[in-house]
Amino acid sequence: MNSVSPMRAAWRRLMRQRINAIALGFLALLVLLCVFGPLLSHYTQDQQDLELKAAGPSMAHWLGTDQLGRDIATRILHGGRVSLEVGILATAVASFIGVIYGMVAGLTGMKLDSAMMRLVDILYPFPFINFVILLMVIVGREFWIIFVAIGAVEWLTMARVVRGQVLALKNLEFVTAARASGAGFWHILWKHMLPNVIGTVIIYSSLMVPGVMLLEAALSFLGLGIQPPDASWGVLIREGANAMETYPWLLLYPGLFFSATLLALNILGDGLRDAFDPKSMSQQ
Amino acid sequence: MIRFLVSRFTQGIIVIFAVICVMFVILKSSPGGPFRSERAISPEAMAAKMAHYGLDQPWPVQLWRHLVHYATFDFEESYLFAGRNVDEVIASGFPVSAAIAIPALLIALGFGVPLGALAALRPNTLEDRGSTLAATLGICTPSMVLGPLIAMFFGLKLRWFNTSGWFDTTDWVLPSITLGIIYSAYIARLTRGSLRETLAQEFIRTAKAKGAGDFAIIFRHALKLACLPVLNFLGPAAAGLLTGSFIVETVFQLPGLGQFFIAAAVNNDHALATAISVFYAALIVGFNLLVDILQAWLNPRIRLQA
Repeated sequence: MNSVSPMRAAWRRLMRQRINAIALGFLALLVLLCVFGPLLSHYTQDQQDLELKAAGPSMAHWLGTDQLGRDIATRILHGGRVSLEVGILATAVASFIGVIYGMVAGLTGMKLDSAMMRLVDILYPFPFINFVILLMVIVGREFWIIFVAIGAVEWLTMARVVRGQVLALKNLEFVTAARASGAGFWHILWKHMLPNVIGTVIIYSSLMVPGVMLLEAALSFLGLGIQPPDASWGVLIREGANAMETYPWLLLYPGLFFSATLLALNILGDGLRDAFDPKSMSQQ
Repeated sequence: MIRFLVSRFTQGIIVIFAVICVMFVILKSSPGGPFRSERAISPEAMAAKMAHYGLDQPWPVQLWRHLVHYATFDFEESYLFAGRNVDEVIASGFPVSAAIAIPALLIALGFGVPLGALAALRPNTLEDRGSTLAATLGICTPSMVLGPLIAMFFGLKLRWFNTSGWFDTTDWVLPSITLGIIYSAYIARLTRGSLRETLAQEFIRTAKAKGAGDFAIIFRHALKLACLPVLNFLGPAAAGLLTGSFIVETVFQLPGLGQFFIAAAVNNDHALATAISVFYAALIVGFNLLVDILQAWLNPRIRLQA
């Protein structure tokens, strides 16, 4: 039997399910479209065609225009870029905090560990959505605030999970061997713990992205996130919901893009969990 | 049990204390006072107003007074709704949020649990795929899309219900359905996963071997264990719903707690913003405690630990 790295084995298991490959392909296509689409489009996301106010789809505007004569397709792609950026960056911030916190707590053990986990217990029932809303109102509705604010509140579960993994790992022989050969705390943390928790981190991060995107969309929908004329999917859905009586496509198109993306992210998240944790697969 | 309750109660107090302090720090670091938006206010009137709310005191004094207010259940006056204490404002918004939350939770459980159970009982059949697909679609349709669509169809097309406001006795229906559909999708998914895991366990095989029927296996043996993750989800979800869904209250223009919180945040009403957050946190703590007790009751292997 050939030896295969765990990463590659997980990748193979992931791709064996056709639905996972489709979801990944869709997301890759979406990212490409959102990054390059606005550059290739004839229109900019805030360019107005004043003769065409809220027209349906046509050859010139594939998905039609809104009341201000802006090209919907361009705005959806631009908004998608903002939404995906927030989703990925906020998840990265939350994962970073959670992984470091969990690894340090788990590896140190003893008093520091129980103090750190007590803090997590106290923070867990916090009404974070209220904090995020207040932060948006107070600090200003800027792009970077959104993902820092979301990231700063979403790390708790990651910290718990990573700590649990580290607790299970740290008494294994290879860690004792490393310690015996004089490896320091940070060396063990980076070289021995991190590579072993990375699979779990990938699973939980991928499951976090759709939640974060929903939170950003909710904030923008409430008028507290991304500010018009800039667009995110939350902004577009808000504009669409206000105009849906007369121009339903203004709500439908961004809604469809958003839902399809959430669907693909959810499928991929489940697929990654099965791929990295074959035990959960065997139960099915 | 007593030790468990005392310890959880203490932890709850610590959580509330921490929420008040964090809110205080966030709100005090905001630029501009609570009355900045009122135009052409004379310095004397401003000073009188600040003194009325005790905002002329040094920060530590303000925080201390704040904590005393909450400790003695003698709540402050709202800045935005002058003349009303924050608990009165909450008491006026809570019934609206609860009138939507309770039917929504019933819908969510009434559809979610059977749908998930059906999928778990017939793995890899059409029923399983269909209900899993429905649940996945529900999870992927955000309330800000579903709400307006439901409002458009039932409100504007069929004209069965109002699409906004809180006037008629049926105004809870559409918001409750919106939230109910989304939450039932989550519950269906959780039920399917945990029931499937439970059905694979040995005590279920034993029950089958001694000749118990499908019905008895599910209701007597499996569901008790399988509903633990659902309860875990339900605790914080119920707290969140009862303190008002921000999106659905915005879509349907309902005067619930979510709208009050946003108004308080935007208008720098620190007293009300803090009070609603504390109320929310207290509900979460309370529901989590309830869930823990229920879980210990349902599964004797879980011990209540202090």
